[in-house]
Amino acid sequence: MSDQAAARPTSLLNRGDHTARRHAAEARFRACGLGAILIGLAALAMLLTSVLGSGLGAFRQTYIHLPIHLDAAALDKSGDRDPEVLKKVTTIGYRKVIDAALVEAVAQAGIVIPGLTEDDSAGIISREAPAQVRDMALSDPDLIGETIQVRILADGRIDGYLKGRVSAESAARDSNVSLAQLQLADAMVERGLLSLDFNAAFLTAPDASDQRPEAAGLGVAILGSAYMMLIVLALALPIGVAASIYLEEFAPKNRLTDLIEVNVANLAAVPSIVFGILGLAIFINFAGLPQSAPVVGGLVLTLMTLPTIIIATRASLKAVPPSIREAALGLGASRMQAVFHHVLPLAAPGILTGAILGLAQALGETAPLLLIGMVAFVREYPGAPPEGFFDPASALPVQIFNWTQRADPAFVERASGAIIVLLAFLLVMNAAAILLRRRFERRW
Amino acid sequence: MSRLTLTTSVLAILAASAATARDQVQVAGSSTVLPYATIVAELFGENFDFPTPVIESGGSSAGLKKFCEGVGENTIDIANASRRIKEAEIAACKAAGVSDIIEVRIGYDGIVFASDIDGESFAFTPADWYKALAAEVVRDGELAPNTATLWSEVNADLPAQEIMAFVPGTKHGTREVFDIKVIEQGCKDSGASAELESLGMDADKLCTSLRTDGRAVEIDGDYTETLTRIGSNPDGIGVFGLSFYENNTAELQVATMNGVVPSAETIASGEYPVSRPLYFYAKQAHFDMTPGLKEFAEFFVSDDIAGAGGPLADYGLVPDPDLAETQAGLAEEALMN
Repeated sequence: MSDQAAARPTSLLNRGDHTARRHAAEARFRACGLGAILIGLAALAMLLTSVLGSGLGAFRQTYIHLPIHLDAAALDKSGDRDPEVLKKVTTIGYRKVIDAALVEAVAQAGIVIPGLTEDDSAGIISREAPAQVRDMALSDPDLIGETIQVRILADGRIDGYLKGRVSAESAARDSNVSLAQLQLADAMVERGLLSLDFNAAFLTAPDASDQRPEAAGLGVAILGSAYMMLIVLALALPIGVAASIYLEEFAPKNRLTDLIEVNVANLAAVPSIVFGILGLAIFINFAGLPQSAPVVGGLVLTLMTLPTIIIATRASLKAVPPSIREAALGLGASRMQAVFHHVLPLAAPGILTGAILGLAQALGETAPLLLIGMVAFVREYPGAPPEGFFDPASALPVQIFNWTQRADPAFVERASGAIIVLLAFLLVMNAAAILLRRRFERRW
Repeated sequence: MSRLTLTTSVLAILAASAATARDQVQVAGSSTVLPYATIVAELFGENFDFPTPVIESGGSSAGLKKFCEGVGENTIDIANASRRIKEAEIAACKAAGVSDIIEVRIGYDGIVFASDIDGESFAFTPADWYKALAAEVVRDGELAPNTATLWSEVNADLPAQEIMAFVPGTKHGTREVFDIKVIEQGCKDSGASAELESLGMDADKLCTSLRTDGRAVEIDGDYTETLTRIGSNPDGIGVFGLSFYENNTAELQVATMNGVVPSAETIASGEYPVSRPLYFYAKQAHFDMTPGLKEFAEFFVSDDIAGAGGPLADYGLVPDPDLAETQAGLAEEALMN
């Protein structure tokens, strides 16, 4: 009997075994929860450090500052500055002029590097530079014959050297860059001929080939993504909201609407690649829309985003208390008036939040775009809408995918830089969604 | 009501667009040819008044399938291929109305075997690869699973390093070349082929089936994935294109094959055994329809671009000694028979 009394807790102050066990269980559960969050945070930290570590460099770029004499004898033999004749001189012709200018500038600055050939010094210039200078000369033919001060891109390997990606040890093994070139780069940095500047072109320039990682930018991809988001917003929001209002407020509850409801929920879980296959079959093969065009991407992403928007809209319509509808109807409003004057305004913040989250999901989607030809090398900017919707364009996630497959190691930096840009866009969209919800959502 | 007008206007735009002409060349196909095609497209765009062509990758077979979908605005103009078009594909093309195919050989590409730069160096023969990677080998007159674990076991001259090979997946054109020029060749060279036949077994099939015990890893992604795998597994030996290796000499060292170091010269001369021609295929019917198509095709194989010392050779393409013939064929729009 005394044993039994000892086993049972007798006072609040005197914890028994059972209480201790319950407390221990709770402590374990808390530790597990905390552990789960820490694992999540560690994964996020790892992702961010790896992306930021290799990607921030993309926002800075090495430029060569040179005076170039645009020799009329080489660039305009006829001498009358006729634009049609000027176009006949290709970038190969301009390349020679730039190479000569660099060799001269190096000599004038008094830089002497043992073992440096003229080919070596010319090799630190990007292959994009002749196109830059040629565009300048063609847009203003009067420059020919003058000496102009230009800022041209340096080769990707030299850029990597200034950013610490290429070192003397790696250069010794690398057939694309020599030690003498790195010494030349050092000397040019000292004399202000070479510098690492902010790289605005990363956000505006089009993609570039494997030989010019230093010139590759996100311009076409950002424009393509923006066009697609416009299409998704213009189509998915009205269609999605109209469908949800009808289903939620007007449709009779019967087997058919149940079936529709199940299907909508099901579609939201369908893998996105399926929408790509659908898009290829319907929009390209059947409707005859062009390949690689934002209009097809936008339509496919609209199909993908619709279920998300419908579900979010219906949830926020449901959250409006029936008393609001009943009060409106009681005062003589029609059902349509009750919905549009009272229910919809109250549900709007929730609908917009759902729409923005749907858009953010669509922005980061790659798989369906693979099938409709958006994973392409596109250098021409699409035109202004609406015709521009039909021009070939790339998209942000697709550009990242593209760059990770390139052979030149400099593209790793570009791909990570593009991930940073994409994350920034997603962050802005999600922040807008949270802000909307915080400011306008009403709780009942 | 506004919804109705929106829908009709969208439909109107769709209908209008289907009728407008496409003004840029569209290309799809081999991921091996892709970097060369982008280099040419970029130069073409900056030196000509035509827009820069749009180039998709996806593999030779996928590209040729798209190519053979038909003739017209919504089909591609050019298919890149790292192998020759097959009879079945030509037939599929004909069935869809694409009967006027122009074949253009742009040059040669070497397939190289490379390993971690700080690891051992290798001098391979095709027989070494067959013996190391064949799923089943003949032992004491019977088929037995391949149990070799070290390269030194297949050839005493090789270093005692774990066998770990990263070979391209079957969707790649590179794999076909690897199978034929390395594995099948090795099967013959080592005498295994004759031995299998003498035992009354299907030598062709047994020769090219690779082991599945994790020693031969198929890479379905691109060469960048192979490079990453070697980075995390320094014992690994990867199969790469010559141009990819030449852009990553800071991390990779190349193995010799039959004692020959792969380079543009040894591949052009035929000394280095593992190489293949690269092609693109164009539709003659599109020459009048797509502005810039013929100019682009001719620019691709011009001496300045695909010849020795041109940008493609710089990047790793082995120039075709018979480039002049290709140029002449393209100029007169010679069709495939």
